[in-house]
Amino acid sequence: MTKLYAVTRGSKLNKVLPVIFTALILALALLPKFLAIPYQVKFVQAFILIILATMWNLLAGFGGLVSIGQQAFIGIGAYSLVYLADVQGLNPFLALALAAAVSGIFAFPLSFLVFRLSGGYFAIGTWVIAEIIKLFVVQVKTLGGGSGISLAAFSGMGRETRIAAIYWSALAAIFLTLLSTILLMRSKLGLALTAIRDDQTAAGVLGVNVLRNRRTVFVLVSIGFGLAGGLIAMSNLRVQPDDIFSVNYSAIMIFMVVIGGLGTIEGPIFGAILYYFLQDRLKDYGTWYLIILGLLGIAIVSLAPEGLWGWISRNKFSLFATKYRISQTSKEKGA
Amino acid sequence: MIWTNAIIQGLLTGGLYALLACGLSLIFGVMRIVNLSHGDFSILAAYGVVALAMHTNLILAIVLVLPVMALLGYLLQRGVLNRSLSKGALAPLLITFAFSIIIQNVLLQVFSSDNRSVQSGRFASMSFKITKNLQIGALPLFTFIVGVLLTLGLHYFLTYSRVGRALRASSDDPGAADLVGINNKHIYGIATAIGLFAAGIGGVLFGMRTQFAPSFGPVALIFAFESVIIGGLGSLWGTLIGGIVLGIGQSIGAQIQPSYGVLAGHLVFIAILILRPQGLMPKQKGK
Repeated sequence: MTKLYAVTRGSKLNKVLPVIFTALILALALLPKFLAIPYQVKFVQAFILIILATMWNLLAGFGGLVSIGQQAFIGIGAYSLVYLADVQGLNPFLALALAAAVSGIFAFPLSFLVFRLSGGYFAIGTWVIAEIIKLFVVQVKTLGGGSGISLAAFSGMGRETRIAAIYWSALAAIFLTLLSTILLMRSKLGLALTAIRDDQTAAGVLGVNVLRNRRTVFVLVSIGFGLAGGLIAMSNLRVQPDDIFSVNYSAIMIFMVVIGGLGTIEGPIFGAILYYFLQDRLKDYGTWYLIILGLLGIAIVSLAPEGLWGWISRNKFSLFATKYRISQTSKEKGA
Repeated sequence: MIWTNAIIQGLLTGGLYALLACGLSLIFGVMRIVNLSHGDFSILAAYGVVALAMHTNLILAIVLVLPVMALLGYLLQRGVLNRSLSKGALAPLLITFAFSIIIQNVLLQVFSSDNRSVQSGRFASMSFKITKNLQIGALPLFTFIVGVLLTLGLHYFLTYSRVGRALRASSDDPGAADLVGINNKHIYGIATAIGLFAAGIGGVLFGMRTQFAPSFGPVALIFAFESVIIGGLGSLWGTLIGGIVLGIGQSIGAQIQPSYGVLAGHLVFIAILILRPQGLMPKQKGK
């Protein structure tokens, strides 16, 4: 009696899905031809939420770095976009790509500062960094000081063209962030991060450089947060320090990731979509809406910590083939 | 003389920061939970006193609110947070962050976003004249004394009392504490009760000194956190020193230009993080 096992990544499902995803992306790319402008704006908002949730999950769910200060990089991205496009006169779409890069460049030295703290104190430390950056931005006259700055780069463009262009930028951004997340999780870094997530000490003993891998993921997600920040600036046409550096971004990201399922790629996407519809329905209730989100968050962390996706998939299948698993190929051969 | 004045005012403010911070430090010390809603509980207590003081006098309002804070702490720890302790480091962080959002928005719903303050009448404006240019306000001085006394009281409580010993035992090794008959869950409840009691004292004094709104919780949390890190993790006296250093940093910054106060405090925090990440008075290993 020999049992044969094989280590595989993905299943038959994961052979069909890429075709479906490609079709979905093509369909989404054609949407502006058919969809009224207000709906395009809604799609952009949902795309931004998915990018934010995916990035926060990469940081907290895989990197084990719970941060409540990533609005620092959203803000840096937003302000960089406005500065590069308006003050430097760059093409706004080139400026968007550069704004994401600027955010990553800021993240690298800042990581040395916040990595001196761990656990919950790391979380507040990142928040203080976000507050400090805000206080500095408020002092800069070129960036509009405390009252904020408007984005003028699109003023020559018609509304319809502008919204469609922003829609495509957001679609390109979400495609790139999701693709890089999947590729990252399939890479050596992804394996190292999964190991760190499961047991930091054991991963260190096995030769995983915990600190360096964490720093890499911290910088990478900051590029994603910068990209999202740039998109927020583009779609609002205005950046205000108190809004863009608001800790509410962290609250929203945490909620989306926790409700969807921390530490999976699919979870945050579902969490973001669910959150989008929840806020759309509940936003008229003002403060009650945030109270309900808070209570829902506590209930999920306490009762169903694996989140929505964990509950659906029961760890049996995944939409993106990133995990290795052992499966039995044949039963009782030669018995 | 201006600078001496700035340093003295900063020192007194430091006592307030120590009050806001010592509960945070204690809760982290015993359970390794960083209570992200700590500042919001301070503000909650201040609002509680404001609401009660409309119907009765201030002292009675404070005497009524503080035990309620402690009870709330005990119930939240036993009812919600204890369950999350076994679910990794993330769960308690997320839950306390959710507390923060809930408290802020409940306060917003009940009291609106208008600025309030805890009215302490003549006491708020009383001051002692030391020299011609140097005056010390009675309220800042009182706050500072309360800060020192609370630190001292907590120190003796943790060192000598039976419950204090149990708290330290649970902190050092919950498994061994369980073996010698300590009910960790009850002890954790007590730690949070004391933590929120202290947060309440800090919040009420904070509310006497400045106006506040529901959104001020995070501000209080950040000052408390900076005091803990500047002072060094796990040391109550360190937290007091950290609060004082932060207070002096802020008031020197504000002396240079009023809008630099908070920023200067942050920069002191960053400087400590770079130059002395273990803080000024870290808890000694093996003690």
